[in-house]
Amino acid sequence: MKDFFNLAFNNLRHRGIRSWLTLLGIFIGVMAVVSLISLGTGLQTAVGAQFGISNTELITVQAGGLSSAGPPGTGVTNKLTWDDAEAIERLSTVKAAIPRMMPMGKLEYNDILGFGMAVSIPDGERRKLTHEIMDIEATEGRMLKDGDTNKIVLGWNFYASDDLFGEAIVPGKTVLIQDEKFIVAGILKKKGSFIFDNMVLMNEDVVADLFDYGEDADLIGVIVKDKDLMERAKEDIEKLMRKRRDVDKGKEDFEVSTPDAMLDTVNSVLGGVQAFIVIIASISILVGAVGIVNTMTTSVLERRREIGIMKAIGARNSQIFMQFLIESGLLGFVGGLIGCVLGVLIGIIGVLGINSWIGADVAPSVDFVLVGGALVGSFLIGAVAGIVPAMNAAKQNPVEALRG
Amino acid sequence: MVKEVSKELIRLRNVSKFYHMGNSVVKALNGVNFKVYNGEFVAIMGPSGSGKSTAMNLVGSLDVPTKGSIYLDEVDISTLSESELAQIRGKKIGFIFQSFNLIANLTTAENVMLPMMFQGEDINERRATAKKLLSLVDLGDRLDHYPGELSGGQRQRVAIARSLANDPEVILADEPTGNLDTKSGGNVMEFLEKMNKQGKTIIMVTHDPDLAEKYADVVYWLRDGILEKVTKRVGKRFVDVTKKTKRKVKGKGGK
Repeated sequence: MKDFFNLAFNNLRHRGIRSWLTLLGIFIGVMAVVSLISLGTGLQTAVGAQFGISNTELITVQAGGLSSAGPPGTGVTNKLTWDDAEAIERLSTVKAAIPRMMPMGKLEYNDILGFGMAVSIPDGERRKLTHEIMDIEATEGRMLKDGDTNKIVLGWNFYASDDLFGEAIVPGKTVLIQDEKFIVAGILKKKGSFIFDNMVLMNEDVVADLFDYGEDADLIGVIVKDKDLMERAKEDIEKLMRKRRDVDKGKEDFEVSTPDAMLDTVNSVLGGVQAFIVIIASISILVGAVGIVNTMTTSVLERRREIGIMKAIGARNSQIFMQFLIESGLLGFVGGLIGCVLGVLIGIIGVLGINSWIGADVAPSVDFVLVGGALVGSFLIGAVAGIVPAMNAAKQNPVEALRG
Repeated sequence: MVKEVSKELIRLRNVSKFYHMGNSVVKALNGVNFKVYNGEFVAIMGPSGSGKSTAMNLVGSLDVPTKGSIYLDEVDISTLSESELAQIRGKKIGFIFQSFNLIANLTTAENVMLPMMFQGEDINERRATAKKLLSLVDLGDRLDHYPGELSGGQRQRVAIARSLANDPEVILADEPTGNLDTKSGGNVMEFLEKMNKQGKTIIMVTHDPDLAEKYADVVYWLRDGILEKVTKRVGKRFVDVTKKTKRKVKGKGGK
């Protein structure tokens, strides 16, 4: 078997450019699939990170639901309340339920007026929990403490770029929020998410006062006792909230979402795009396979004499068949190999491009199972395409073949 | 080395080969009988169209007869399957062609190794044998050359080495000097003669009576698909030993 591979490999080395051109279909197809799937993993992570979907133990309760336009809580009449949060926290599956406020407000610095989202941070021991859940920490200065009534912490973008306010805002500076003075206590570490990197953290009582929340909340972040209890906790919360808000099942004016569900939404969109590309790629591969059939058929005709010689010196039909089959498979494999190399490169470059474009921080990844599968697949496609030409080669009459 | 002519190696019994060309039938061979004994140097002589190539294809088990039987080592090869024929060809027969028929993409060593590969021999053994055989034909220093880099005479010597790869009983040479100048042709013939002296049976197809009578022990003269006469070396002369009409033929050359 190894001998036939060597022989086939040797024959391929002597192939003309015409043979290689027929591989174009295979290589474009494989390249499309590999690059898109590599990109897809990157895109998925990037989009996920953008929406801050990183923690998998957090259930979010919102009034109005995910489908409502605008930031959480806006345009909703029947708001969530602190009482709702307390009730949810009493559920057996729930560890903590933290009411959160995320109002849009105006922010002034360096005589430039901007808008941004303030995010409430609870007091006491929940502060640390919230930091953990949101996976945030200060890169400059410090995070907020209880009693920080005139202090804020800013997202990375305020510090990283001077586009927003003419100059970067550093800890110790004073900014105006809703016309009130606040001192910047710290800057958050870069998250690669447009939400996290542009937010303004304030203590919850400060947000409630400044934006007149009273007992309302924009969303309730629920931490489940155990990861395995996610689905049960979600059902418990839905049941409780239906009762509290007096709505029937199916007509909820609130939404309880798990990170999995949010990721699913992202994935289904990306999946649709990928499926489309895969279909295009399959057509391309099919064209490539036909190209291999063509080039192998020509090759058998051109090499009749060689087939005759091999038969004269003792090659059995099965051995001729194997040799041409393997040659055809290798032809496909080479197409797949080029496709994989370029596909992976495009994937990596694409992910790096996404990173610099939307400020995400996704590590480019190479899916070796995908690449391995693509290589094996290309070999098989080549081999299948070579079956008929190889059969033709095998059944050449030696006398006629020797005549050339 | 004394030649031992004893065992019957090949026997053609009433062999005919017909080709259909449109509506007419071409009788390339028509009822040919002959025997080749182990260790003989046989020439099949005839002008073009005499059926000598057809005879060689049949003896070489590249083709099967329309009628009659061909025995190789007492096995009737006209009844064998294609795969069995290939197996026998690879093992018992070595081919040498007028146009060398080496595979251009393979080095000389690889060309010589190829018949052994088809017999499933181990790669190291193949390499060793190829090296030995190529040294035998004075090409031990050309192992990694491609056929395109060799002269005609050298190529034909590679072909001789290849024909010996599986240590066959018979070497079939089809106009082995046809594409060569006199000097390299003579050189190639010397090697064939050497092989014959070492006990290999050689069947050479040629249209050149001088060449035939210079090297062969027995000459089969074909004309229009029929065995016209058989001449045999007796001493320095060739004697007509055809069964029907026994008449003397003046021996040419001789050694």
